[in-house]
Amino acid sequence: MKKLLGLTAVALAMVLVTGVPHAAEKMKVGFIYVGPIGDHGWSYQHDQGRLAIEKELGDQVETVFVEKVSEGPDAERVIERLARQGAGLIFTTSFGFMNPTLKVAKRFPKVKFEHATGFKRAPNVATYNARFYEGRYIIGQAAAKISKSGVAGYIASFPIPEVVMGINAFILGAQTVNPGFKLKVIWVNSWFDPGKEADAAKVLIGQGVDVITQHTDSTAPLQIASEKGVHAFGQATDMIKFAPKAQVTSIVNNWAPYYVARTKAVLDGIWKSEDTWGGLSAGTVQMAPYTNVAADIAKAAKETEAKIRSGALHPFTGPLQKQDGTEFLAAGKVIDDGTLAGMNFYVKGVDGKLPQ
Amino acid sequence: MGAFEAVILTIITASTPLLLAAIGELVTERAGVLNLGVEGMMIMGAVCGFAAAYTTGSPIFGVGAGLLGGVGMSLLFAFLTQTLMTSQVATGLALTLLGLGLSGLIGEAFTGLPGVKLGPIDIPFLIDLPFVGSILFGQDILVYFSFALVAIVTYMLFRTRTGLIINAVGGNHHSAHALGYDVVKVRYACIAFGGACSGLAGAYLSLVYTPQWIENMSSGRGWIALALVAFSSWLPRRVLVGAYLFGTVWIMGLYVQALGVAIPAQLLSSLPYLVTITALIMMSGDKTLTKVNTPACIGQPFAPER
Repeated sequence: MKKLLGLTAVALAMVLVTGVPHAAEKMKVGFIYVGPIGDHGWSYQHDQGRLAIEKELGDQVETVFVEKVSEGPDAERVIERLARQGAGLIFTTSFGFMNPTLKVAKRFPKVKFEHATGFKRAPNVATYNARFYEGRYIIGQAAAKISKSGVAGYIASFPIPEVVMGINAFILGAQTVNPGFKLKVIWVNSWFDPGKEADAAKVLIGQGVDVITQHTDSTAPLQIASEKGVHAFGQATDMIKFAPKAQVTSIVNNWAPYYVARTKAVLDGIWKSEDTWGGLSAGTVQMAPYTNVAADIAKAAKETEAKIRSGALHPFTGPLQKQDGTEFLAAGKVIDDGTLAGMNFYVKGVDGKLPQ
Repeated sequence: MGAFEAVILTIITASTPLLLAAIGELVTERAGVLNLGVEGMMIMGAVCGFAAAYTTGSPIFGVGAGLLGGVGMSLLFAFLTQTLMTSQVATGLALTLLGLGLSGLIGEAFTGLPGVKLGPIDIPFLIDLPFVGSILFGQDILVYFSFALVAIVTYMLFRTRTGLIINAVGGNHHSAHALGYDVVKVRYACIAFGGACSGLAGAYLSLVYTPQWIENMSSGRGWIALALVAFSSWLPRRVLVGAYLFGTVWIMGLYVQALGVAIPAQLLSSLPYLVTITALIMMSGDKTLTKVNTPACIGQPFAPER
């Protein structure tokens, strides 16, 4: 009996020394978003990733987030505040947070940082992105099959490599179906301006386009497509509610698996600074259910999806030519990530001039 | 529908919110009050309009709620600047920030929901006329109202006693006060009118332009409306020209891009601002006309001297 009591006391003491303080001081994971979490697009999807951490590791970590942080000096202040509040891991989820993240990371060497879509790393700053172009290749293929006019409309935000590679992947996918497929691109110079995106969609449809895709964040183009009776593809999140009769599929950003894995890595002490670029195979890029199209088109899309996932197909496989006809990738070669990440030219088949 | 009509219809949609908000602000400024909170009132109109239309299923109800949302914000501004005598510039800026934040809070429950669209009033038979049919007779009520508003405000400002009083209050509030007019009361009314118009412009965004609620969906249109008023020398007809010129260049920029014409997209994006400002400056070449129409007391607080 005495022995049992003693054991219990020891056990209790151990709990007091290790367990309880551990439970009380959960690791903090911080997030900063460029938009409101209610944007139903980019920032919304990052926040879904944060919620996944809460759900899976809620007993070991707590999460905090700051939304609507503008890119620039303001971001540095916010990131620093999160670090000062004792966050062990901080996700900065927009390209423009790159330099502020690195600056703060220098001052807080013990805190781990994860910067989305950037290219600068440090011992405590990792970068991550998703291979959205894989999805764009699939929708390009589907668009070419759906379109009767042979022309698709593309509402683009800014001429940065991320967007340019999306346009290229789309046309390359379309060319596998119809080598003469045409693309009309409108740059709206904004990530998020529902009115202007809607205007662009109307103008494109007015010029005879019967499939629309976008690399901007609002659901407005889909609504217009729905109203005018043409097909369209969603962006970042499943937008089917806004266009039940028009959305074919949507390229969904799913950060949850990555966020959970990286948080676990910090908890287990095995976190390293690296660059992660997950696509369909990692589950970071997902395709929303194929709707509003004939069964054979949906089937073909699913097949392409499976091929990309297994690694049998890479959207950028040579021979590939630039817009002016010069070859940049020899036959049979697959593009390297460096060229892809810095892509600043159109491939052959895109009309119009890329704004520089 | 032909390509030509499609473009005109798109231009009308792009110009209407600017016209509505600018006409309202014009009346406010005519009474000598500078309300920089147009963006804030507009976004509140958008969220109230969407919320009411979504809840009741009636877009007309939404239009009413949008109007009231704008009026509510403007009365707050009026109370602060006219009764508590705060700075109009600072209060107006604060009103914009408040509107953007508050609308996000109210709108949280309505994010990601498809909205109810305020449909056009299709006038039977006339709508089938070639070319002009759908342009002249297939618009929604707010488009017709925006044109009526230009006419009504023009008539009111230059042909009625009410207009004279508003201009007097904006031109020299001490004289107006000495003549026995209640400056503060007139200003309250004009601020509320401006709020109502901004609210309608917001409702137009969330019920017609893009029938959904998204945070920050006004994307700076309130500021454009504000600039239109100043550059149009406070003349309603010029506000009409300015709003439509802006809308036209804006849409044509997109149109030209889609055609694949090699003009840098960044230049096309800035053209509406450049063209509209240049045109309105050239129109205000008549110095006397500009001088006569500029409210001399704009932005100044009024405290009646005993």
